[in-house]
Amino acid sequence: MADPLTAPAWRPARGRRGRRPGRRASGLRLWVCAAVLAAAVLAVLLVPPLVRLDQQAVDLSARLLPPSPAHPFGTDDLGRDLLLRCVHGLRVSLLTGVVAALAATVVGTAVGAAAAALGGWTDRLAMRVVDGFASVPPLLLGVFAVALFRPGVWPVVVSVALTHWLSTARIVRAEVLSLKSRPFVDAAVSGGASRWRVTVRHLVPGVLPQAGLAAVLMVPHAVWHESALSFLGLGLPAHQASLGGLVQAGRGSLLAGAWWPTLFPGLFLIVPTLAVAGLAAAWRERLDPRRRSELIP
Amino acid sequence: MAGRRALLAGPVLLAVTFGVFAAADLSPFDPVKAYAGTAGLTAPQAELDRLRANLGADRPLVERWWDWLTSALGGDLGTSASLRQPVADAIAERVGWSALLAATAFAAALLAGTALGVLAARRRGGLLDRAATGLAYTLQAAPAFWLGLLAVWLFSVRWGVLPSGGLTDADSDTVTAGQVARHLVLPALVLALSQLPWFYLYVRQGVCDALAEDPVRGARARGLGERRVLLGHALRSGLLPVLTLIGSRMPELITGALLVETVFSWPGIAAATVQAATSVDFPLLAALTVLATAAVLAGNLLADLLHGLADPRVGFDG
Repeated sequence: MADPLTAPAWRPARGRRGRRPGRRASGLRLWVCAAVLAAAVLAVLLVPPLVRLDQQAVDLSARLLPPSPAHPFGTDDLGRDLLLRCVHGLRVSLLTGVVAALAATVVGTAVGAAAAALGGWTDRLAMRVVDGFASVPPLLLGVFAVALFRPGVWPVVVSVALTHWLSTARIVRAEVLSLKSRPFVDAAVSGGASRWRVTVRHLVPGVLPQAGLAAVLMVPHAVWHESALSFLGLGLPAHQASLGGLVQAGRGSLLAGAWWPTLFPGLFLIVPTLAVAGLAAAWRERLDPRRRSELIP
Repeated sequence: MAGRRALLAGPVLLAVTFGVFAAADLSPFDPVKAYAGTAGLTAPQAELDRLRANLGADRPLVERWWDWLTSALGGDLGTSASLRQPVADAIAERVGWSALLAATAFAAALLAGTALGVLAARRRGGLLDRAATGLAYTLQAAPAFWLGLLAVWLFSVRWGVLPSGGLTDADSDTVTAGQVARHLVLPALVLALSQLPWFYLYVRQGVCDALAEDPVRGARARGLGERRVLLGHALRSGLLPVLTLIGSRMPELITGALLVETVFSWPGIAAATVQAATSVDFPLLAALTVLATAAVLAGNLLADLLHGLADPRVGFDG
């Protein structure tokens, strides 16, 4: 990265408009991302219990209405309100995503910490297992697991967890290995602490912030994965329509020219994902100001 | 590096085939019921037991796995129930179409991503850079199946310029190059769009970094033209990380192909995988899972080889 003091004055690479986004712009971005996420979480938590509207209420006289003030997102082929269905779908998707990301993080942290703390053959074996899992394309592993264990909530959660723990295991292992060479670990060992105690009391707490960040970043990915499985008809059953299930359901109306049952569930997937990415970028920037991220908008 | 990877690929592949069989053994999936279909619901138990013995489903896991492995090496992968043909034939019929789609999309994404990345890095923070980077993040967050459906709506339903799926027109029974090309446009476009953000962001970052380094400074000091500096010096060293990671894009490419082939009813092996999964067609699913793993391992190997070729500091067997 160019240091502003040593960067040559003649460097033409930056255009007239090319000011670096200043502090204020990045603060604004942070607030927008936080607001979007807060709105999504509040809607998901509050709308289903508080709003006494049935998302499954069929109204055949209102089939495939385009977006209007009464139905901001339009209605689907059975006359169900799409805004309400998208909120319910986001609830199902987020719940599955959060549970799966938690499961993957727990597995990944356990494997990564055990491999690094025990070292030797355990480490080598664990890392080869990680390599083995990493060489099966993630969605294919998910498809395989769900196909054999029948569609439902738990197979989906397990398949997402199975495909997502690898990166956490690698991150945690690397962090524990670097922590292991720090003086406070030597102090604990010379104080007579057992290997178990050193691992659980000194090493694992040190990697939890990293693992936590990885878990937060994993949620959108887990939601994406679940949606893809649901779209392929291998995910959640139709009465628990997730966002992917909604896209799949909208597919039939697409050829009749109705774009709204497809467009809006997808937007519900993209906007929170971008908000999480933006928050993570802000978080990383705070942790490491040198690596000012300009990639993430 | 490359040599060690090649040595590891064999055991990993073996482990994956065994994992596939172990998973099937653990699951509620029963090959006898799958074979018998609805007739299995009313058939007497003795009949089912005989079928079980005939299929060899009552033998231990390791023995079944070994049988499958030895016959697979001889070219016999079993018979697919959902496609009603030998698995090897089904794969041979479809793998070419998948390769055509994936190669077209990959080449398009690579070219467009590199071009856009260089243009964005040239005026970093400029209008094009900000627009393209924002778009890249949005595209990265957008699921490929959703992009595919929107493309179908726009190009096939609204404008009616391109077919919405399949390999040939519905009223045609011969496969001609022109028809295939017309049907290829939309799936390849969507698959390329789903791979584009990664290429774009990496090239942009690589060229941005290279522009700040000494070789570029030296080239400018020698008075070389902007085009020469950008394409001859900055792009060359900026492309290195991209080049070495190209092979490791295989998992994402396969994931994208699974979704895109399904949306566009493209007769490739990725779509067949989804079919095999929905109808629990174990012989086909097992073979395709192993095949995809082999493709990923080959991609990793390619990445190592490219790294060694492009960067003379990296040895082939270090």
